[in-house]
Amino acid sequence: MSIRLLHGVHVPHRKNTAESVPTRMPPPALVTIPMSMNIGRPATPVVKVGDEVKVGQCIGEAGGFVSSPVYSGVSGKVKKIDKMLLFHGAVCDAVVIETDGAQTPYEGLAAPAVTDFDSFIDAVRASGVVGLGGAGFPTSVKLKVDPDKVDYICVNGAECEPYITADTRTMLDDAETLVDGVELLHGYYPKAKVIIGIENNKPQCVKKLEGLLSGKAYAAVNALPALYPQGGEKVLIHNTTGRIVPEGKLPIDVGCIVINTSTLVALTRYIRTGMPLVEKYVTVDGSAVKNPQNVIVPIGTSIHDVVEFTGGYKCEPKKIVLGGPMMGVSVPDDSEVVVKNTGAILCFDEHDAVLPEPSNCIRCGRCIDACPLNLMPTEIEHAYAAGDAVRLGKLKVNLCMECGCCAFACPAHRRLVECNKLSKAMLNKYNAQQKAEAERKAAAAAAKKEKEASAV
Amino acid sequence: MSVMTTGVSPHIRSGRTTQSIMLDVIIALCPALIASVVIYGFRALLLTCISVAACVLLEFVWEKAMKKPVTIGDLSAVVTGMLLAFNVPVGMPIWELLVGDIAAIILVKMLFGGLGCNFMNPALVGRIVIMFSFTTDMTTYAVPRVAGAIVSGGVDAVSTATPLTMMDQLTWGNFTQLLLGAHGGVIGEVCAAALILGGIYLIIRKVIKPIIPLCYLGSLLLFSWLFGGVQPVLSLFAGGVLLGAIFMATDYVTSPFTNLGKVIFGCGCGFITAAIRVFGNYAEGVTFAILLMNILVPYINDLTMTKPLGGEASK
Repeated sequence: MSIRLLHGVHVPHRKNTAESVPTRMPPPALVTIPMSMNIGRPATPVVKVGDEVKVGQCIGEAGGFVSSPVYSGVSGKVKKIDKMLLFHGAVCDAVVIETDGAQTPYEGLAAPAVTDFDSFIDAVRASGVVGLGGAGFPTSVKLKVDPDKVDYICVNGAECEPYITADTRTMLDDAETLVDGVELLHGYYPKAKVIIGIENNKPQCVKKLEGLLSGKAYAAVNALPALYPQGGEKVLIHNTTGRIVPEGKLPIDVGCIVINTSTLVALTRYIRTGMPLVEKYVTVDGSAVKNPQNVIVPIGTSIHDVVEFTGGYKCEPKKIVLGGPMMGVSVPDDSEVVVKNTGAILCFDEHDAVLPEPSNCIRCGRCIDACPLNLMPTEIEHAYAAGDAVRLGKLKVNLCMECGCCAFACPAHRRLVECNKLSKAMLNKYNAQQKAEAERKAAAAAAKKEKEASAV
Repeated sequence: MSVMTTGVSPHIRSGRTTQSIMLDVIIALCPALIASVVIYGFRALLLTCISVAACVLLEFVWEKAMKKPVTIGDLSAVVTGMLLAFNVPVGMPIWELLVGDIAAIILVKMLFGGLGCNFMNPALVGRIVIMFSFTTDMTTYAVPRVAGAIVSGGVDAVSTATPLTMMDQLTWGNFTQLLLGAHGGVIGEVCAAALILGGIYLIIRKVIKPIIPLCYLGSLLLFSWLFGGVQPVLSLFAGGVLLGAIFMATDYVTSPFTNLGKVIFGCGCGFITAAIRVFGNYAEGVTFAILLMNILVPYINDLTMTKPLGGEASK
């Protein structure tokens, strides 16, 4: 089967830390663990101020079906439970823990009894694992599908963002756990072929996993070209299976599940040992960092503490990004904390922080050639400027996954991703208005009909 | 801790800028400029420099007067200035060339909002303005200074015909002369080899895709032959086709976005050029062909919209 690869852009790799085996940092004096680290409802705190907590102890219970429990990665005492402003603007509860440095494991830790599909899903839910690649979607919700409908499980080891090597290290250092996880998945989705997609700029990962998976007919490693964004969900599905996820549908609608390598390792670890998701491999890099490296960080540790552990800043940071430079979020200061789906902390100096000012679009079409989903960002920009929601709908801006290829490629430095985000909001608002208008008309028509009927 | 810069992702850029693209176009035009200096003497260089200076100055003064940010650093005015100078004969009076510069920069580019907002190629409109205003000067082609030049019957010692007007007298024996530019014509169009060299540079540097030039030349060849034109293959190397196909028709602003759009655009240019050359009153049809197709670009873009991945599910 030959698949015509989707478009993309050649981003600089900058995998400076690929050789850096993650070191576990000692617990910081204080951790702040937000209860909202996933898509869906936040968790509800189950500890009180003054409570003693230990490593692996549950501090927040899932607040609904699309939710995930939260565990402590440190031992110590709950100092306060506070409202916290998340960097994307929402407010949630956060448990602040004063650590004792002992890192005493919770005595209730035990591998869950997994005997059938339902207990497997329960275990995934209890592991506290969410999509660690960045999306933060509760993994148990994603996996709770009819196993007969799953043809492919795409394990996402593409790690296509520059700088980040956390998944690279996961694939190398936790390769056995990863393969164990692949076997686990095969057990519950026996009809599915498991494909591990890895960009070919990580030949060491491809080689290692190919070696470990040899002889397993249900699993394969797919070395993908190093063309950003191979790790995008729709892109990975298309480039490994040839299937296309239609508008408004989920991967499972075309028989696919995508799961990140770190996610799979974390849930496998819980099922085997009972240790839930309490720490993360985080790549610390960027032009303002003295010693770029990989660190194992307890969830809730501030950026400041992590960078201090690595040796501090080389110069004053002017921009700090959580995640990769293509899709990561720039945060207002270094008091922000590492959460479940944080894969990297990138600190940039003034030169890298300030982006060039936008100039006139020269209509070169590079954004169109770069878009993996064949959208037309320059046309979307024009339609947005004109306030033309109908045209935005025709241009399918709602499909945009905000991968950033268009803005990366644009020689006029147009803020194309920003415009796409705004355009989506404009389109959603318009669609909601249209729907409300249609409902109002239908109600009026029904009322008129009733009135006529009663008049007769 | 100082104030952080925040903003929407992506936080890195490719490094390709409008300026670097325009610089590549300028570099690609240099072989043709050097060739024209060899063929016609230093006045070719003088005209080009004056035209460039005028275009840059006009843009600067306009933006200052209109209290807009000055954008001459993007080098697009330099490209327009060079292309317009390339479209006049070497004997053109300077003030007449300046009229063309004003039309190109002020009328076509700045009045519509500057770079990226014009719907026609500025240099080509400049050329048309000069063409209709000063037809005699525009069609008085100097005799090349190089030995072995193609000159029609020695009728006129000062002005000579272009290969296009004497196509019936040419044979494949004249091919080398056409390729090297040993014939009459406007400054930039005469040396086919230099233009092709510039085109290859642009393709290697990924400034342009080869689609438009190839479709243009291909359809011109096809339709010249179908319409019974004289020497269809040889005529590709005569007149302004190469300059037009490589440097004018590929202008981003006034050509379609998608590959299919570019095919339609290129073929349309070739068809119109062939029709004008074979049936029309003008020996040359490149300018009108490209400008007419420029007008159609918004429609071509709408007809050739991309098909978003997974987007076909809804109506």
